[in-house]
Amino acid sequence: MALLQISEPGQSPQPHQRRHAVGIDLGTTNSLVATVRSGMAEVLADEQGRDLLPSVVHYVTEGVSCVGYEAAEHNVADPLNTLASVKRLMGRGVADIKTFGSQLPYEFAADDGGMPKIKTTAGLVSPIQVSAEILRKLAGRAEIAFDSELDGAVITVPAYFDEAQRQATKDAATLAGIKVLRLLNEPTAAAIAYGLDESERETKGQERTIAIYDLGGGTFDISILRLSKGVFEVLATGGDSALGGDDFDLAIADWLRQQMGMSEDLNPIEQRILLETAKSAKEELTDSTQVELEVLDWQGTLTRELMHSLIDGLIAKTVRACKKSLRDAGVAQTQIDDVILVGGSTRTPRVGDKVAELFDLEPLCSLDPDQVVAMGAALQAEVLVGNKSGDDMLLLDVIPLSLGIETMGGLIEKIIHRNTTIPVAKAQEFTTFKDGQTAMAIHILQGERELASDCRSLARFELRGIPPMVAGAAKIRVSYQVDADGLLSVTARELTSNVESRIEVKPSYGLGEEEITSMLQDSFSHARDDMQARALREQQVEADRMIEDLLAAIYKDGDALLDSEERQCLKVAIQELRDLRETTSEHRVLARQIESVAKASEEFAARRMDVSIKTALAGQTLDEIEKG
Amino acid sequence: MAITMTSAAEQHVVKHLEHRAKGVGIRLGVRTTGCSGLSYVLEFVDDAASEDEVFQCGDVKLIIDPKSLLYLDGTELDYVKEGLNEGFEFKNPNVKDECGCGESFHV
Repeated sequence: MALLQISEPGQSPQPHQRRHAVGIDLGTTNSLVATVRSGMAEVLADEQGRDLLPSVVHYVTEGVSCVGYEAAEHNVADPLNTLASVKRLMGRGVADIKTFGSQLPYEFAADDGGMPKIKTTAGLVSPIQVSAEILRKLAGRAEIAFDSELDGAVITVPAYFDEAQRQATKDAATLAGIKVLRLLNEPTAAAIAYGLDESERETKGQERTIAIYDLGGGTFDISILRLSKGVFEVLATGGDSALGGDDFDLAIADWLRQQMGMSEDLNPIEQRILLETAKSAKEELTDSTQVELEVLDWQGTLTRELMHSLIDGLIAKTVRACKKSLRDAGVAQTQIDDVILVGGSTRTPRVGDKVAELFDLEPLCSLDPDQVVAMGAALQAEVLVGNKSGDDMLLLDVIPLSLGIETMGGLIEKIIHRNTTIPVAKAQEFTTFKDGQTAMAIHILQGERELASDCRSLARFELRGIPPMVAGAAKIRVSYQVDADGLLSVTARELTSNVESRIEVKPSYGLGEEEITSMLQDSFSHARDDMQARALREQQVEADRMIEDLLAAIYKDGDALLDSEERQCLKVAIQELRDLRETTSEHRVLARQIESVAKASEEFAARRMDVSIKTALAGQTLDEIEKG
Repeated sequence: MAITMTSAAEQHVVKHLEHRAKGVGIRLGVRTTGCSGLSYVLEFVDDAASEDEVFQCGDVKLIIDPKSLLYLDGTELDYVKEGLNEGFEFKNPNVKDECGCGESFHV
């Protein structure tokens, strides 16, 4: 029996035409799935009425044994086969894992692709496979709720996720048999859930700057977004991947331990009892001003003030991260129009108070902070799957860092600039640098800096089979295309011969989230250096070309057209230019030297011109020349 | 002629109207389509048309065009939960048979 939902006027679906879409918040600790019913986003609970699904998968020898709450129960008894927090590993390289994987208890093995795999009793398992299990479980929950197959899903990812991490998330969905309508940034999803995109439309596109404060169990993220003409632009992200509500519990548990006069090395059972007591005390203090505690044979009172003194240091850390992100974004505290609280740990009233104090603004917290991201994703999915007319909510994402190509001299030529809305396709023409060049290396880069070496290398490929031509005659069109999920494909085509080569960018895995923000930051702080470096490189390329041309000319015509003095003179000039090219860091100095070499060789060039004209004209009558 | 709804349905309609923050009521209707002849329409209403019939049900206006009313007379709108699935259901005494899924019907 199909049950009906209320539609917008004139938009009742045809029978069997209603398309079922969900939003999925694939979290580090917990995941959720939500859908839109009669215009409202709702989280879909499981049969036991639980909204959350712990992002945990337990493996036995035969394969996956269970996902979610049941899997989490194996955590203590079978930690090596109970995989949690794999989101931290998504799209990472083996090298990354070596640096931060030590926080996780698993054993890693590298596969051929450089992607880390986790050793379990069921064999090697990739983080993508683990995520796929979680997604499959959530999709199954939705299919039961719809009594129908799923038509598509919007999956959220952190704003700082790079292309590799986004691709890994998409791969996980494909593996789970879910059609990804789009990947959506988590802070953007939160803003949509609060309808900020709609209020922007109502105020006739007046820009809004939004801060999203996301304090989960184990991670803290702050994102500064600008909403303008229906487009969310990520201005800055920051946070702490090892700070969350669990640290509040630890701080309170540690206080308990001291009160109880216990030593620091507790056994695991004592540790757990203390943590659980701390957690429930924290939750009770949301509504009451003090709580009576009874732990083992100890009794005592924890007041709200005392708890504040225990956790204020941790909150202050998040406030510092907020201030840093504001600086990164170039936005003053007072310019923030809305603050949204996301993550279960923002339920602690002290957190909201401190955030309100920082921004001098009452934060938005009317929606369940655990659910808000999934709800926003569901609203977006409803539009993308075609149940709601698209004009209503045309939400575009932008690419976070410019995409470019390496050109001669190690410079980057940006093809798609940062903050361009996606999907987008842009092309640019390049040419060969040397006579008879038959191949061209295409090096795809991401970043804001001017030198290729300061940007992130995404991929390299070669265009081969260019017909031999003089330098500059070949026309090579390089097209960059970014789809709605921010994934890049690059095509290079030589236009006279139609030789083509292309690549889907599944970037070399591994770029820390901090690096991404710092890449942006660097581009601002190094703006002047970069400009100079670029100018210098350009002159160096120019110098190289001049040296090469001159040497080729001397080799060819030097004997015939130059006397030994002239020849010596040019050679000295070339040598000077060559030395200067290596030593100077002043592009103006190098430019002057190039100019003086050009002057010195002017006469030689003129003679060569004369000779070549004479050769061309020799033996022809005036008539023939006029006809020609 | 009359259309009614259960209190469960009313609760949900009120909630959705409040959330939507506009609209005078909801429209019930039928249109000729679907695998079994007719299908139901359930929509928010921003402006009722002059020919519409309005039935006041508690706090909610049920709005229906005269042609649909012929097919829906005596219908009770209910809100049903079946496991994880939930939504509105037309309990229509005029229905002779339905397609298996209940989205379209015959009178």
